[in-house]
Amino acid sequence: MTVVPMETGLLLAGILFLLGLVGVLVRRNVIFMLMSIEIMLNAAGLAFVIAGASWGQADGQVMFIFILTMAAAEVSVGLALILQFYRQFKTLDADVASQMRE
Amino acid sequence: MFGTIWIIPFLPLLSFLILAITGKRWSEKTVSILGVGSVGISALFTVLIGIQFLTNPPPGHFVVQTLWSWMEVGSLTPAIAFHLDALSLVFCFVVTFVGFIIHLYSSEFMEEDEGFSRFFAYMNLFVGSMLILVLADNLVLLYLGWEGVGLCSYLLIGFWYKDPQNGYAARKAFVVTRVGDTAMAIGLFLLFTSFGTLHIDTLLDAASQNWATGTTMAVLASALLLGGAVGKSAQLPLQTWLPDAMAGPTPVSALIHAATMVTAGVYLIARTNVIFMLAPATQLAVAIIGAATLLIAGFAALTQVDIKRVLAYSTISQIGYMFLALGVGAWSAAILHFMTHAFFKALLFLAAGVVILAMHHEHNMFKMGGLRKELPITFWTFLIGSASLAALPIVTAGFYSKDLILWYAWAGEQGNFWLWLAGFAGAFITAIYTFRMVFVTFYGKRKSEISHKPGKRMLIPLVILAVFSIIGGLVETPHTLGHIQLFSKMLENVLPSTGILHSGISEELILQIVTALLALLGIYLAYYLWLKKFSLVQKITQVKLLATSQRFFFSGWGFDWLYDRLFVFPAVWLARINRRDFIDLFYDGIADANRYFHQELRKTQSGQIRWYALGILIGALITLTIVVFI
Repeated sequence: MTVVPMETGLLLAGILFLLGLVGVLVRRNVIFMLMSIEIMLNAAGLAFVIAGASWGQADGQVMFIFILTMAAAEVSVGLALILQFYRQFKTLDADVASQMRE
Repeated sequence: MFGTIWIIPFLPLLSFLILAITGKRWSEKTVSILGVGSVGISALFTVLIGIQFLTNPPPGHFVVQTLWSWMEVGSLTPAIAFHLDALSLVFCFVVTFVGFIIHLYSSEFMEEDEGFSRFFAYMNLFVGSMLILVLADNLVLLYLGWEGVGLCSYLLIGFWYKDPQNGYAARKAFVVTRVGDTAMAIGLFLLFTSFGTLHIDTLLDAASQNWATGTTMAVLASALLLGGAVGKSAQLPLQTWLPDAMAGPTPVSALIHAATMVTAGVYLIARTNVIFMLAPATQLAVAIIGAATLLIAGFAALTQVDIKRVLAYSTISQIGYMFLALGVGAWSAAILHFMTHAFFKALLFLAAGVVILAMHHEHNMFKMGGLRKELPITFWTFLIGSASLAALPIVTAGFYSKDLILWYAWAGEQGNFWLWLAGFAGAFITAIYTFRMVFVTFYGKRKSEISHKPGKRMLIPLVILAVFSIIGGLVETPHTLGHIQLFSKMLENVLPSTGILHSGISEELILQIVTALLALLGIYLAYYLWLKKFSLVQKITQVKLLATSQRFFFSGWGFDWLYDRLFVFPAVWLARINRRDFIDLFYDGIADANRYFHQELRKTQSGQIRWYALGILIGALITLTIVVFI
């Protein structure tokens, strides 16, 4: 079994994180923004798993389970917010909801 | 009995506290019982303590009662302690006794005034502060009383505060006396740095041991104390506040601005007489200030038409006599004149109050006239007071004290012909303006109906004070008239006696006869000008030069005009051009910079969530950069 070197794994995690970040910044659809955040969370989780595997520790996987739980909770709240958002504005464009400004 | 000294100032202060906190709830009757009664019991205690003091003099002829230590700051350890000697006793007696009589009078005079309880609260606070002033055993406590009476003076001049004019007079009195008080405070600092104590007895001992006569320090310290005395006692050049102080209720003028507070300066100089004797230059200045003031105020009194302003200028003039006496070293004569002046000037003010009340609060004498029949008791007591003020020989108290001052100004070691001449001329002017007031107010044709007849509580004080205005001088009589020396004997342990250069009964007799004739001549002149030939006065005032000088005297020698231009206008001008205070520029600048950055920064709050995410990203990058690379 070939061992994936840590550098490659971390690079993959980094690329995933950047993709998610770019998604949050450029997408206007709130559902896509939520999905991009999920990608960023998973990138962080991947980094933990890779680091854990590299040092032969279980901590990385423990942290991933935490992140998974947190992500599930976050999605439930996020989706509820999006539902309310859609009811109010009849759209999913995040830029429309810019009333809380000075 | 000496253990109860503390009760004398305590009772008025207690009554002040009760009236100030709960005064509005009581009826006028309860308020008068509290206000008048507290001062009355104080007067009773003063008399009892005084009797014991005179019959059984304590060792050293003084008693000290230390209540507690006030504060301890380094070597400054003033105590709340009362020092009773003959000098304090005289002042205590006048303050409580005359104070009690005036309080009694006020309980009727102020009837149905909406500030009835406030009035008595202030008056009691005044009596308490004045007693602290005269009983203090150190200069710090004395200064507390000194400022306390100044505060009460301000509060009571502006008592009818709804008229802005009264508030202006109150502020003027406060600010002008503050000029003197500042000098006095600096004087106290100077004494403290020189001797490390402000306890009066210790201080005076140290001064007489360490300072040679005429040392610069002694002259400086005494001059600064004199500054305080001049401000409080309304002497040249700080006399301008007293005539305006007549805006207060008449009993206030009688108690504060005639009998007691304005003589605090006399008390201060007499109390610190050692320092003044070490500085002959300052003492001469005291005499000159007194002589100049008594003449200037006398001329001003001649032309006033407001009855209370005549009395105010007369008070300035009579305190000028006291300063003249202090200046020539006639210490006990000054205190005697203080006492007799308190009696007859309080009487004159109270009688004037009756007249003003009867005339619908009219102050102009020339709108009165013919009141002799309408207000007989007031007329007779006013006449007695006037006779005493004009120093009618033998029968009045004022004669004995004024004669003593003139004699020492003539014959004393520090007296000279010019000082005597000023006092002598002053006696003539006093007689004229006093009886001008009597003839214009009480004689002649009646010009308006009287509206208010005085009751018992107003007339009894007049009668008591009239009696004292007649017999009050008999405690000290000149060589030619029995040579009674009760008063100066009593004070000899506190105040040094006066050196006499030339003596001789015949010389004294000649001076007395001349002065007496001059006073009678003044009275006759007043009678001739203002009663018999009033047309002559009108003709005189037609002459241009005389009319100008009349206006000049009427304005109090133009001092207000001068001070307005020297001090008030420049201060107002500076305040106006500096309306936006230049020191504030710095703080305004800080505020403006903050406001600018705030305007700029709030543009970033766009409400667009993606920009916020970018902001978080940039922040995180900056933080990471700092953590990793630095």
